[in-house]
Amino acid sequence: MSLIRVDNMVKHFPVRGGVLNRIVGKVHAVNGVSFRIDEGEVLGVVGESGCGKSTLGKLIIRLIESTSGEVHYDGTEITHLGHNDMLPFRRRMQIVFQDPYSSLNPRLTVNALLKEAIVFHSIVPPSEVESHIDKLMAKVGLRPDQKNRFPHEFSGGQRQRIGIARALALNPDFIVADEPVSALDVSIQAQVLNLMMDLKDELGLTLLFISHDLKVIEHFCDRVLVMYLGYVVEEMNCLDIHGEARHPYTQALLGANPVNDPDEDRELTVLEGDVPSPFSPPKGCPFVTRCPLVESRCHEEMPPLVEKTKGHRVACWAVE
Amino acid sequence: MTTPTPILRVENLTTSFRTDDGVVTAVDDVSFNVWPGESLAIVGESGCGKTVTSKSVMRLLPEYTSMIAPESKILFGGVDLAHADERTMRSIRGAKIAMIFQEPMTSLNPVFTVGWQLDEALRYHTSLSRKGRRERAIEMLRLVEIPNPEQRVDEYPHQLSGGMRQRVMIAIALCCEPDILVADEPTTALDVTIQAQILHLMEDLKKKLNTAVMLITHDLGVVAQVCDRVIVMYAGRVIEKGTVREIFHSPQHPYTKALLDSIPKAGRREHGKRLPTIEGIVPSLDDLPEGCRFEARCPLAEKRCADEEPDIVPHAFTERPVRCHFPLNQT
Ligand SMILES: Nc1ncnc2c1ncn2[C@@H]1O[C@H](COP(=O)(O)OP(=O)(O)OP(=O)(O)O)[C@@H](O)[C@H]1O
Ligand SMILES: Nc1ncnc2c1ncn2[C@@H]1O[C@H](COP(=O)(O)OP(=O)(O)O)[C@@H](O)[C@H]1O
Ligand code: SF4
Ligand code: SF4
Ligand SMILES: [Mg+2]
Ligand SMILES: [Mg+2]
Repeated sequence: MSLIRVDNMVKHFPVRGGVLNRIVGKVHAVNGVSFRIDEGEVLGVVGESGCGKSTLGKLIIRLIESTSGEVHYDGTEITHLGHNDMLPFRRRMQIVFQDPYSSLNPRLTVNALLKEAIVFHSIVPPSEVESHIDKLMAKVGLRPDQKNRFPHEFSGGQRQRIGIARALALNPDFIVADEPVSALDVSIQAQVLNLMMDLKDELGLTLLFISHDLKVIEHFCDRVLVMYLGYVVEEMNCLDIHGEARHPYTQALLGANPVNDPDEDRELTVLEGDVPSPFSPPKGCPFVTRCPLVESRCHEEMPPLVEKTKGHRVACWAVE
Repeated sequence: MTTPTPILRVENLTTSFRTDDGVVTAVDDVSFNVWPGESLAIVGESGCGKTVTSKSVMRLLPEYTSMIAPESKILFGGVDLAHADERTMRSIRGAKIAMIFQEPMTSLNPVFTVGWQLDEALRYHTSLSRKGRRERAIEMLRLVEIPNPEQRVDEYPHQLSGGMRQRVMIAIALCCEPDILVADEPTTALDVTIQAQILHLMEDLKKKLNTAVMLITHDLGVVAQVCDRVIVMYAGRVIEKGTVREIFHSPQHPYTKALLDSIPKAGRREHGKRLPTIEGIVPSLDDLPEGCRFEARCPLAEKRCADEEPDIVPHAFTERPVRCHFPLNQT
């Protein structure tokens, strides 16, 4: 069963400029993205900076409002729900942010951070709030006796654990993890990834896991969406990604990633140029300015995302 | 035939800072050589002293709060940079040893054009005419594969993408044909496809100009891809040295091995398995243990490790330097 179905999600941010501060254009952050996430599944989202990963994550849980498109959560279309109808869904959908340094209010102790939401949503009776917090702390590998400390008294990895505890405080069933380990050192990254994997199994969580690091995505996710300039250009099973990736951009990402093996005498794939600005995306295929396989049709028409084999969707004219 | 000699010898470098919590030693008795034309990697997790090492070599540390110990030596071209005066350093910095940093936006001056910033280095270190310098600036931009260099030379940093800014930094660093390029996390702020462009460019230029590169990074994938030799640091200490193959295939220090193990492997189908981790965190510099600095996190630690810090000594079999009482690969 799909827990989440996203249909044709679009987000354009207005851009203002000039002396009158009029709207002079728009940033095409997310351009008609559709997918499903099954219950208990980890769906990865990978792509380079600015391709719309965080925007997509925030749209699904309505931290920002979409320009158009639908999100069906456990059978209910939630993008049109009013404040009160949305509340139970707000509890069920949580987010862990990339930057453990800025995503926690520096003036609140860990205890106060966690308490706020627990009390607001009446997760447990008032008499059990403290013990609920202690359990959460232990669950994410922090000492409950440290709960009266402030975020700055913790290391980066510990702060990310606090962020995870905050997301778990409301017993959610879905978590958007927006680059939860990108700011951490590798040894700490491994600790936090293991923690998330354990919690996912233990609590049966469903996750949207955003990362720019394909190695991390491969390790952690069941399926992956590859995004480029606000579009999903490929969707596939993570296990297949090395042998089966078909989209030229996915292949470039794989080839640009250095391998941790000095004997692998492999030249890095070098793509020309930069990602175009989402303020003025190219006509036709979004990858047209950098693609090694480009043909004339690519300049004219955006290739649709079509299923090539079961569960494997690709948006490229050159892929049979 | 002359025997090759290192172009840079760092001997017993110890760099400390005065802080509110007392004096902390960020780099502690670090020694290494840089050979002509090689790529040397300095790796380790954040805070282990990589940047302080490179800034010590360039003498770019805060003047009043930092100090390099009197016994430290940084020998370059017959001069000891560790104790050289600022005038000497200015003639070396940029001309003979150049540096690029992690964040290209903060190291380029936003109010001057790209051409002006290239010109600054050329004006100071060469005797070229104004016209000659402009030609050279354009030529350098072309060398680092900036499209339309004739036009870009008159643009400002904010008009360039992150990858292009890093290319400009490289152009500035290389315009006086230095002997050594110190690159501190030059690709960390960049996306992988842009990182690949920059690494490719650096390798290419290294071959063309025979510049030695000191590459500072926490990314072991980058090291495997582009470096010849590796120095691994932990909490201010060098804990292992070797060729890139030796480090990756037969790490001797438990930390090096744990670090390599904790990276998710691409394409190895270890999907869904727990990663091997290093428990705990790096000790704080103002609260270092008596014994081995890795002791609290080391799976092989024994009583002796807590009491006595190991020296960096040749391994019993490989003779490769390692700082551990019980190094790996003993049999
Ligand atoms: N509030 C906003 N107003 C205007 N533009 C925005 C806003 N938020 C995001 N954007 C733009 O939308 C695009 C997608 O941004 P988003 O943050 O989703 O990227 P991302 O894939 O998460 O990138 P990163 O890897 O850097 O986190 C970018 O061009 C960004 O500048
Ligand atoms: N100007 C400074 N004053 C005090 N401490 C510093 C200063 N610069 C760096 N340090 C400390 O020195 C240690 C090593 O830092 P650094 O070399 O920047 O690490 P990295 O290996 O991440 O580059 C850190 O503990 C850092 O906090
Ligand atoms: S549609 Fe054309 S430009 Fe786009 S990825 Fe495929 S071949 Fe490349
Ligand atoms: S000296 Fe002891 S604690 Fe330190 S790395 Fe070696 S075995 Fe581990
Ligand atoms: Mg983001
Ligand atoms: Mg650094």
